[in-house]
Amino acid sequence: MILPWLILLAPLASAIVITLFTLRWKALSSFISVAAVLISFICSCLIFTQSGISARQFTWIDFGGVFKVPFGFLLDNLSKTMLVVVSGVGSLIHIYSLGYMRDDEGKSRYFAALSLFMFAMLGIVLANNFVMLFIFWELVGFTSYVLIGHWFDRDAAASAAKKAFITTRIGDFGFMLGILMVWMATGSVVFSDIAPRLSTLTGHPAFLTIAALLIFCGAVGKSAQFPLHVWLPDAMEGPTPISALIHAATMVAAGVYMLVRVAFIIQASPTALLVIAWIGTITAVLAALIATQQNDIKRILAYSTLSQLGYMVMAVGLASNEAAMFHLFTHAFFKALLFLAAGSVIFMIHHEQNIWKMGGLSRKLPITFVTFVVGALALIGCPPFSGFFSKDAILALAYERNMPIFVMGLFTAFLTAFYVVRLLVIVFFGKPRSEIASESRESPFVMTGPLIVLALLATIGGFAFFARNFLALPIEKEVAIFVPALAIIVLILGSGLAIALYRNRARDPLDVELLRRKFYFDEFYGWLIDWTQELLAHICAFFDRWIIDAGAVGGTSGGTWGIGALLRLVQVGNLQAYAFLFGLGIVALIYFAVFR
Amino acid sequence: MVLFVIFCPIVAAILILIGASARKTALATSVLTFVMALLLLASFQKGQRDFQHVTSFSISPEWHLSFTTGLDGLSLAMVLLAAIVTVAAVWFAGRIDKYENAFYACLLLISGGAIGAFASIDLFFFYAFHELALIPTFLLIGIWGSGNRVAAAWKITIYLAIGSFILLLGLILLYQSVPVTSRSFDIRALQAAATGGQISADSQRHIYLLLLTGFGILISLFPFHTWAPEAYAAAPAPAAMLHAGVLKKFGLYGLLRLAIPLLPEGARHWTDLLVVLLLGNIIYVGLVTIAQKRLDWMLGYSSVMHMGYIFLGIASASILGVTGAVVLMFAHGLSIALLFAIAGELRKRADTLTFDELGGLGKVMPFAGLAFGLGAFAAIGLPGFANFAGEIMIFFGAFRNGWDMERFHIFQVATVLGLWGVVISTVYMLRAYRRTFMGALGERLRGRKELADLRPALRLPVTLLVGALLYYGFFPQSFVRMVAPAFRTYLTANKQP
Repeated sequence: MILPWLILLAPLASAIVITLFTLRWKALSSFISVAAVLISFICSCLIFTQSGISARQFTWIDFGGVFKVPFGFLLDNLSKTMLVVVSGVGSLIHIYSLGYMRDDEGKSRYFAALSLFMFAMLGIVLANNFVMLFIFWELVGFTSYVLIGHWFDRDAAASAAKKAFITTRIGDFGFMLGILMVWMATGSVVFSDIAPRLSTLTGHPAFLTIAALLIFCGAVGKSAQFPLHVWLPDAMEGPTPISALIHAATMVAAGVYMLVRVAFIIQASPTALLVIAWIGTITAVLAALIATQQNDIKRILAYSTLSQLGYMVMAVGLASNEAAMFHLFTHAFFKALLFLAAGSVIFMIHHEQNIWKMGGLSRKLPITFVTFVVGALALIGCPPFSGFFSKDAILALAYERNMPIFVMGLFTAFLTAFYVVRLLVIVFFGKPRSEIASESRESPFVMTGPLIVLALLATIGGFAFFARNFLALPIEKEVAIFVPALAIIVLILGSGLAIALYRNRARDPLDVELLRRKFYFDEFYGWLIDWTQELLAHICAFFDRWIIDAGAVGGTSGGTWGIGALLRLVQVGNLQAYAFLFGLGIVALIYFAVFR
Repeated sequence: MVLFVIFCPIVAAILILIGASARKTALATSVLTFVMALLLLASFQKGQRDFQHVTSFSISPEWHLSFTTGLDGLSLAMVLLAAIVTVAAVWFAGRIDKYENAFYACLLLISGGAIGAFASIDLFFFYAFHELALIPTFLLIGIWGSGNRVAAAWKITIYLAIGSFILLLGLILLYQSVPVTSRSFDIRALQAAATGGQISADSQRHIYLLLLTGFGILISLFPFHTWAPEAYAAAPAPAAMLHAGVLKKFGLYGLLRLAIPLLPEGARHWTDLLVVLLLGNIIYVGLVTIAQKRLDWMLGYSSVMHMGYIFLGIASASILGVTGAVVLMFAHGLSIALLFAIAGELRKRADTLTFDELGGLGKVMPFAGLAFGLGAFAAIGLPGFANFAGEIMIFFGAFRNGWDMERFHIFQVATVLGLWGVVISTVYMLRAYRRTFMGALGERLRGRKELADLRPALRLPVTLLVGALLYYGFFPQSFVRMVAPAFRTYLTANKQP
């Protein structure tokens, strides 16, 4: 079957054609890119409806059985659903970008990178082995780097791009090590070969736990979990459609997808599961806390992404792939929606992102407003929007399996309601707080169209009759009636508190420096890097310059120079002469050595 | 055909010295050599481990000295690398202000010498061709270099001469370690002798140490590396491309060609030492690279650092790691050549390579920014480029050496540190890219008239380098099939202690 290859290669072809030939024709480049992603989407839908599809694979590296990396596809229900979600959301965001990036100088570069991203992301979804997964994993990181740094002449964007790539690579350090360990123990990198040989791993529980946690490191980097979460908020320096596609809906969710993909390994180690669940929980709470005190519309959304990813990782740690994937599924729609709606706001008020300069936008941007509210309600888990169902599934799971985590999850839900309603109230209600805000008007249809589609999906995405077609839904337990009731109570509390605090305010009545400064993570890491890597680097550089080079090498040559003074006779001071003498010496040496 | 590839550049160099038009002759020759190398690749029978296209002229029968050339997968890969980098280096050279003919002749001599060394099956010519290539390198730095060029030229001359001398001692001892009756300069004969156990373990140990030191100096093995960054910073870009990209690989090639087949016991004996030294390359030199304040020095140190990975593959003594080492030799040669080429163009335009004075060049030189970016990401092992394929084979090969489930041994620790080196190289490369091409235009560069993007004609060599990197990055198996058979006799796929 050619369909899986077409899904993967259409965006790659688009990226190559744009880079090589059409950089100069911006409109053409953008249409090539949109056409490519639509082809991927259509093929994904076709595959989704068929069963028993297989694709030819070829050999990437093969050392006769010892190390064999095929380049092949894994087409099960999990990957088929992901294909549709990724290419579907991707298509909408490509179309939206036509409007958002209309007049951008680097439009061709933008669309080439976007196509390359689709290639890489779909590759992650399709990969049937660890190495191929890792390959595409790194490639999405690269495209993310290019796109965060799209406006690379701005210092903030340039630094954010660098930070994102380096931070995720730290996670990938662990990921690769985990892959190596699993490969050594089972002799294969292909998922379907590892599964039957898992007993070699389960026979060594400590080894298994370490390997599982190292693989999890990859997800910690890519899905921006604590303690490697610091890159994601900065990544908001990229164009907003990128924030929606890469840094909310798809790439950052790839970590969760990967964990679900290798869950059969992770779930063999209870210790690893517990660590994963707690990392997810900490991320969820931490990010929600920080979000309550941010003032940049995109950064608030970025922290909400972190927090929601925390929920997903929590679900993985609670050994429920279904709940994790369900939340990933609904989150992809409502978070893409929120970012695109925020983008519509930002676009129309001339790239202002400070929420305190907005206000009263509900009448100026009606479609944006309505769709944003839909996304916001889904995010805070208000019934009957999609987020309610998926978050409820995770909370119910936590209630059943781990009480402390359940309490933290509930607290996060409260905070989420609080900061999202705060955002809504400040941006869309009250009086306009700046001139641009009062003069803004609605975005063009090419941007509002995708908003409407995503709003629909964010509304119905959680209902069983819809989601069932895509996913195996988590089974609702009977105790669960208590959980949604609690969730709705904290939701009302959080929203009410936010409305009471922020209605008709011109500035923030709360000021918690610790949260505003994001728990000082950036400062702490800056300090840590200065005192470890930078210090070491400078010590080594000093050592290299003065001890090895000037001391050892220079000393030896200086000593030789002294002896050489005795041999002044041959010092003619010209390079060719030395070369000649050198050659003569060699001949003499060979002569003596051979004939002795 | 092999003879043609070797002597084409050398003859052209002589013609240029006599008075042929320098740039045209050099370009035509390098392209011709490249085409011939491609033909050799096309006619090469993969999967065979013997030398192919062998020609032999006897020089001295009683010494068993003859001028014998031929290719196996390993040497073919290196010849291909040399041919590609030569085209790029000559293309990037452009107009030279003084002694243009001599400059191009030197470039071609390096190329011819390197190809000759890679294609020689005879120990004597293997060594002599390398010496032939070294001398023009010194001249290029001393005469056409920049900055503190004379001091740098002296340093590299003396340093590499000492390295060559130690190497020569080792080679002579190697020649003598075989019983008189089977003494020969022919590498194949020596291999036969070694396989027959005619080289005693004791002499293997001595000779290996000499070869490791000699080759190590040529490759800039820690702690013998300090000549490299200084020389590359001072060298004109094409010379740096050819030396860092091709000629430096001679040492690695020598270890693969001689040490692994002839001195397995010596290699085993000194493994721990080599692992410690190569970690010096990866971690220590990596950290030194982070602290660099100039682009050319940073590139020089990064090139030294990446030698550590190749050594790791060689030290792993598994076919996986060794093949990975060859892939990385090839890939590193191409990517470092691309980086030095762009850095050279930047130096011409900006007249400085200090990070503090650079910045924002991506806006005014978008193509240079793209090319450097591709080279930089190739160098730090982004999948899709051949560098990644090489690194992953090295890591898998090294991690497997001496494995047990209970605890990590030296090679597992080395792999972990090597993987951390990938993070280190990401840090320095992205920092350099950030400070050179991104952000606002550097203050000293504002209003500078010379800042213009690369000539459109330079797209060709860039495409050539990047294209080769991508091709073998996407299809590494074709490289593996070419190279791996060369080692199959000496290395089992799965070396367990």
